[in-house]
Amino acid sequence: MLVLKLIAKSPFECLLPISCGSVSLAEYSVDYMTLVASKKGKEKQLSDELKAAHGMALPASNRMTGRIGARCVWFGQQYFLMGPEPKISLNSFGRLTDVSDGYAVVSLQGSQIEQVLARLVPIDVSCNVFKRGQTARTLIQQINGSLTRVSDTEFQIIVPRSMTYTLVKDIERAMQSVNARTVLGLHAGKSIN
Amino acid sequence: MRLTQKSLVDPNTPIKFRFDGVTMKGFAGDTLASALLANDVRLVARSFKYHRPRGVISAGSEEANALVTVGSGAQQEPNVRATQIEIYEGLEVFSQNHWPSLKWDFLALNDLVAPFLTAGFYYKTFMWPKSFWEKIYEPVIRKAAGLGGLSGHPNSDRYEKAFAFCDLLVIGGGPTGLVVALQAGRAGLDVILADEDNRFGGSLNADTAQIGGVDSDKWVDSIVQELSDLANVRLMTRTTITGAYDQGTFGALERVSKHLSCPNKELPVECFWRIVAKRSVLASGALERFIAFPNNDRPGIMTASALRTYINRYAVSPGRSVAIFANNDSAEQTARDLQSAGVQIAAYVDSRSDAGISGDFPIYRGAEVCDTSGRLGLEGIVVRHAGGEINIVADCLAVSGGWNPTVHLSCHMNVKPYWSNNLLSFLPAENAIPGMTYAGSVDGHMSTQACLQSGVDKAQIVVKESGKSVSALKIPYAEDYPYKIGAIWSVSPKGKQRSWLDFQNDVTVKDIMQSVAENYRSVEHMKRYTTQGMAPDQGKNSNVAAIAVLADVTGKGIPETGTTTFRPPFSPVSIAAMGSEGQDKGFAPERFGSTHQAIIDRGAPMIEAGLWYRPNYFPRPNEKTWRQSCDREVMMVREHVGVCDVSTLGKIDLKGPDAGQLLDKVYTNNFSNLAVGKVRYGLMLREDGHVMDDGTTARLDQEHFLMTTTTAAASLVMRHLDFVHQCLHPEWDVSFTSVTDHWTQFAIAGPKTRDLLNGLLDQLTDNKTWPFMSCGKVNILGTYGRLFRISFSGELGFELAVPSRYGDSLFRILSARAEELGGCCYGMEAMNVLRVEKGFITHAEIDGRVTAYDLGLQSMISQTKDCIGRAASQRPGLNDVERPRLVGIKPSGSVKQLTAGAHLFNLQDPAERSYDQGHITSVVYSPSERCFFGLAFLKNGSERYGEQIKMVDHVRDIEAICEIVPSVAFDPEGKRARA
Repeated sequence: MLVLKLIAKSPFECLLPISCGSVSLAEYSVDYMTLVASKKGKEKQLSDELKAAHGMALPASNRMTGRIGARCVWFGQQYFLMGPEPKISLNSFGRLTDVSDGYAVVSLQGSQIEQVLARLVPIDVSCNVFKRGQTARTLIQQINGSLTRVSDTEFQIIVPRSMTYTLVKDIERAMQSVNARTVLGLHAGKSIN
Repeated sequence: MRLTQKSLVDPNTPIKFRFDGVTMKGFAGDTLASALLANDVRLVARSFKYHRPRGVISAGSEEANALVTVGSGAQQEPNVRATQIEIYEGLEVFSQNHWPSLKWDFLALNDLVAPFLTAGFYYKTFMWPKSFWEKIYEPVIRKAAGLGGLSGHPNSDRYEKAFAFCDLLVIGGGPTGLVVALQAGRAGLDVILADEDNRFGGSLNADTAQIGGVDSDKWVDSIVQELSDLANVRLMTRTTITGAYDQGTFGALERVSKHLSCPNKELPVECFWRIVAKRSVLASGALERFIAFPNNDRPGIMTASALRTYINRYAVSPGRSVAIFANNDSAEQTARDLQSAGVQIAAYVDSRSDAGISGDFPIYRGAEVCDTSGRLGLEGIVVRHAGGEINIVADCLAVSGGWNPTVHLSCHMNVKPYWSNNLLSFLPAENAIPGMTYAGSVDGHMSTQACLQSGVDKAQIVVKESGKSVSALKIPYAEDYPYKIGAIWSVSPKGKQRSWLDFQNDVTVKDIMQSVAENYRSVEHMKRYTTQGMAPDQGKNSNVAAIAVLADVTGKGIPETGTTTFRPPFSPVSIAAMGSEGQDKGFAPERFGSTHQAIIDRGAPMIEAGLWYRPNYFPRPNEKTWRQSCDREVMMVREHVGVCDVSTLGKIDLKGPDAGQLLDKVYTNNFSNLAVGKVRYGLMLREDGHVMDDGTTARLDQEHFLMTTTTAAASLVMRHLDFVHQCLHPEWDVSFTSVTDHWTQFAIAGPKTRDLLNGLLDQLTDNKTWPFMSCGKVNILGTYGRLFRISFSGELGFELAVPSRYGDSLFRILSARAEELGGCCYGMEAMNVLRVEKGFITHAEIDGRVTAYDLGLQSMISQTKDCIGRAASQRPGLNDVERPRLVGIKPSGSVKQLTAGAHLFNLQDPAERSYDQGHITSVVYSPSERCFFGLAFLKNGSERYGEQIKMVDHVRDIEAICEIVPSVAFDPEGKRARA
């Protein structure tokens, strides 16, 4: 007898990875994504609990805490916990909403990421202004998303799952433009310094 | 003609291009204007109104005459300045605004009837007969108006927008801008230096002068090299700063690939930058102005600085016998450069009797050019001097009426420049743009030496204000001639001669006088009456002279007369660049659900709904029209079972002890008393009492609710919740977030629904376990999910939700099982039929003007609690019995078709607005009832059941007699949904 089974699909199926010139875009695969909201007046306790459970405190506004595999990103009114399955103890002071399938995460890497983002994002993402561990809720061309610098040469972008097609096309276009300028020796914007 | 002297073009790199179909040769480094002049082409365009022959008058972005069309087909671009087009192999350019040819232009007849076409002509003529306006006058004027045209085809070229940030934006890369950027760059400031030219140097590119003992181009190269080596300095050539906006934001247009022969398709044509600068230095230089003398618009007449540019930068002489007409000393350099190049100087005419000019050529002091001759190009001039008039043969005339500092950008925030009696020009007002300072000739420093000093001084101030320090640059020695000028704005005409002020808009001195004669004496009125300084020119060329002439005529001084408003952009910006992110499908994100590919695989055409793409219907091989598919899908749902992806409905997850209170506040009915595991339909009002949205909300746990919204209003409702929580009740302990994308949700509806679900879920779906309007967790094929016993079709139905990663897989399974049971997948069309038959509303009905009373849902507004919109909803006007209220409607006469949007009239009344009884919002063909059925809002609504009414669709020209019936046409008792 045929046993039916549900098959999981990536939000970026057939879309990623791509690269162009010195920049590449790839899916950042995350096991769990959880939106964490603090119960009223319990931010401090929630932060302590998060530290005990997953090794990082709640981030300040426009900041990220944690490391590869377990990160907590400021997400406006809530926090975006990515990586670990949230421990149940967090429920004491926080409210958890599973959004593992609600968002999609990409990693934009390369030496010209700032030039690529200059075509997509209306905020200053240069290294000396937007440093490692800083994050912003901002427009990524047409999409309201979350942008985090995780290293000098890598940004992490979080967008709603349904908008991945548009995200990839917009970033790809910017990558192509930067590369085409670079090939011709035309300036493409501020480079990493 | 091409000269053999040293220049900035590369004579070793010849380039072929075509002008009006004729192949010509230029050199790398040429602009179209210089290349045409090198090929002895002086006639380049026809003027806007009178179709007068026109040639190049400048060498920069201020060009008002030589506007041409580049390319053809979808890529053709009209009205491009020949002075800014860098030639490349294969460049194809066309002259414009003529018929049938540039040389023989039929519309030049306008010039013969010029006395009838003066300023104000349009406002006074074409008044009669009234009926001629739309049929004759307007079409003819439209055909004659404008210069170049667009192809009408969509252009697939890439354009781009980008953002940049800096400590200091230096506007203009001439000598002043270069030293400002260098000093600030050395101090460590983050600097952007932008110039509209393809190389830095500004006026130095046109001069043979030396700076610090070296040729000026070498000096420029050395500065640019050092700037390039500074990592904190960004050099942007071919970039025009087009506007100054709030909070240090500047618009900038970069010409990225317009100078390339076969650019990579991935390279944008232009990039529109938004530059945010903490400070800015305006070093935009100055533009030479004309003098208004009779017939001063012939091809071959240009500014003295333009002539100097063509000789020195491009090794081109626009004429073989050149005359000069000036009122200041700066034109003397032009004479010296002409002599060095070996070009004959026919005459040097200076309006000042004490002009200190000297040279080996005829000099006329205290004289003026009072006429010119030559039909398609200058052939001679008439000089009026103390001894009378003399005719001089000349094929080129260089004119200098003084210099206008380029104050444009300083005026973009509505601060006007001030008049300098010494310089006879306007200078930028202090603090006109926050954070902006001025340096160089825009600030009234007219020699190169003074500009360099000004640049160093201003840069020191900016560096200091930025908290940095750097030793001041040692200023090299440069030209430091004093700027001596004597006022002359126009030369008296003889008889009916015309003297042009605004070449772009064909405005003459006479037009200004006419304006004053008709009492349009204020400068703003004069501008509108004559069109002087309007459109792309924005007063760059003619403003000061026109204001001076106006001042003369009105008897006021120039400062009292004032200026008109300089508006952005400084020079034209293509809409394609400004709206580049909207190209193709770039207007808004395309939202694709997890089942998108599976739906496409089934051949379903997609339609857009609130940014989402949803299947319209699922065609089968034998079906030729959408109606066939839709009817079949409806009947299969009614008789068997159907599956529909409803994931796009907004899903908002609410948690916290005050979540119930929040729902009570935004919904008209109670939710805090909803039992766990139950679902309730809710109606949401705006503050003005009208319906905002509707949907169901499930209580998943004591402090956990899941609200659904309509697809289109999901973000509106989210914003509404944020408003209520953040502004009205920040004290409430509640958190909410959208989970729309996380869950893929399917409606499974029809009498065989349970047969379909059996075996997939870990539990039975009988009425006892899952009664109508219940909800809860389920396990489906090993994955957690949620099940809701709700129905939007009126059939026995469930909505089953799983995490989106499984959406595609589950859709394929559900669809296959539905088909095994004689059912199908159904799309938006069938869903619409099913809901209209049941009288369920969507935003076709709740269009923003509708109240709960209009829908017959006034009883849903709870009397035991308050909610947003409740007070307003109780206003008498919103509960008037005569308000259009929801009814059903079906055809009862010989015409059986109904149409959405049609209006309703009493049978005896004419189908006119004042007799309107209501309108139809939704119409479907009901295969169950075998007739059209519609929902409508009708005066007195439900009180008119059984009456006949006339439907008139004025757009489609359809009229049908209808019967007014209840809005629920199918299973009014709701037995099937509860089965």
